[in-house]
Amino acid sequence: MTPDRHEIAVTVNGMAYRSTADARLLLSDFLRHELRLAGTHVGCEHGVCGACTVLLDGIAVRSCLMLAVQADGHELTTIEGLATDDGALSPLQTAMHDHHGLQCGYCTPGILMTVTAFLEENKSPSEDDVREALSGNLCRCTGYQNIVDAVLAAAAAMRGVAP
Amino acid sequence: MKPAPFKYIAASSLDHALSLKAEYGDDARFLAGGQSLIPAMNFRLSRPSVLIDINRLSDLAGVDWPEGNDIRVGALTRYRNLERNRDFLAACPLFADALPHIAHPQIRNRGTIGGNLSHADPASELPALAVAMQARMRIKSSAREREVVAAQFFQGLLTTDIEADEMLVGVTFPPLAPRTGTSFMEVARRRGDFALAGVAAMVTLDQEGRCAAVRLALCGVGETPVDASQAVSALVGERCTGAAIDDVIAGVQEVIEPAGNVHASPDYQRHIAGVLAKRALMTAHRRTGHDA
Repeated sequence: MTPDRHEIAVTVNGMAYRSTADARLLLSDFLRHELRLAGTHVGCEHGVCGACTVLLDGIAVRSCLMLAVQADGHELTTIEGLATDDGALSPLQTAMHDHHGLQCGYCTPGILMTVTAFLEENKSPSEDDVREALSGNLCRCTGYQNIVDAVLAAAAAMRGVAP
Repeated sequence: MKPAPFKYIAASSLDHALSLKAEYGDDARFLAGGQSLIPAMNFRLSRPSVLIDINRLSDLAGVDWPEGNDIRVGALTRYRNLERNRDFLAACPLFADALPHIAHPQIRNRGTIGGNLSHADPASELPALAVAMQARMRIKSSAREREVVAAQFFQGLLTTDIEADEMLVGVTFPPLAPRTGTSFMEVARRRGDFALAGVAAMVTLDQEGRCAAVRLALCGVGETPVDASQAVSALVGERCTGAAIDDVIAGVQEVIEPAGNVHASPDYQRHIAGVLAKRALMTAHRRTGHDA
């Protein structure tokens, strides 16, 4: 079968990209291999682990369960887009750092993207809300407690109150 | 790059999508949320030669109340939108119970009701809800349009009544009768996993507080969602007490056919189904607000 190539115009972290890809190229592989944005990690590649989570028009999705061609015309945010251009961390990244919310770091990009979207919608989450929001992201270092602490602290910081 | 090669076509209208399906038939699959299809393709369990992407068909998304209080949900409506639609959850409270059990937030952000129902995974929650609520599936091809009741729509494991040239375009839920309470419950090994058993119950009371109608459907315990309403029909005309429910639970456990899996033996699934059926019926009864 001859490759079925498609043009893709996509905005990632505010930057416009134009590229072509085979129809069967997953969005996760497109980000990593074509756009060279390798911060998005690939774990299970069937939608279970959450490592590849990115924001599609602001909504958290599994990039391994989308085709790159489906992102045509859409806006994506990846882990590379969280810190400012001068390298200042987002409040969530700062909280993850302060609370030792990562060990090996493999799941971290997916967790940060999931939680970034979550905190946009829920400014004052309970611990249960946070655990529910994190239920689709696996951390095999099992450092969940510190991640939950970091998310609660980030939410407080973003509301402008001391944690 | 995991899926086998295929030809990708983004449909520009429903007519376009249906004419493509008429042309390619069983070689083509519709791509909606992709939360079951793409994993199956990543594993190469599914190797369609054509994918017809319907995500641009925004007419297929949304909830409306056309006439007679029926609730019509477009096939492309994502779980995410149902979860955030208070009017819909008030009209179909079984969804308020069941949606949080469906996978995880990221999956619910993409997955669609039409994709779920046409995938027809018997362990999935929504087919059981459709059967319990006696939903009507709206199915369309280039040549015709028809409706099929949920009980006849689900024909076997991952198998529905949809023909090769057809698409499930929407689902119509009849409104709940007055004095109706509902409840969905399930047991899964981990949050978001497929249920070892799940139960959707609907109890409608008459003016005197006796059961006027009872609907019960289960997921995860057969090759299709199981309609166990007949097994609990002895409750009709009776007071919905714990003792009365105890008398019908054995009947529910008889009509299901759990296959067992790595997490649970068939006997254990049958046990869970019985416990959940009783709890769901009691909760549904309590939620009628007429349990004096």
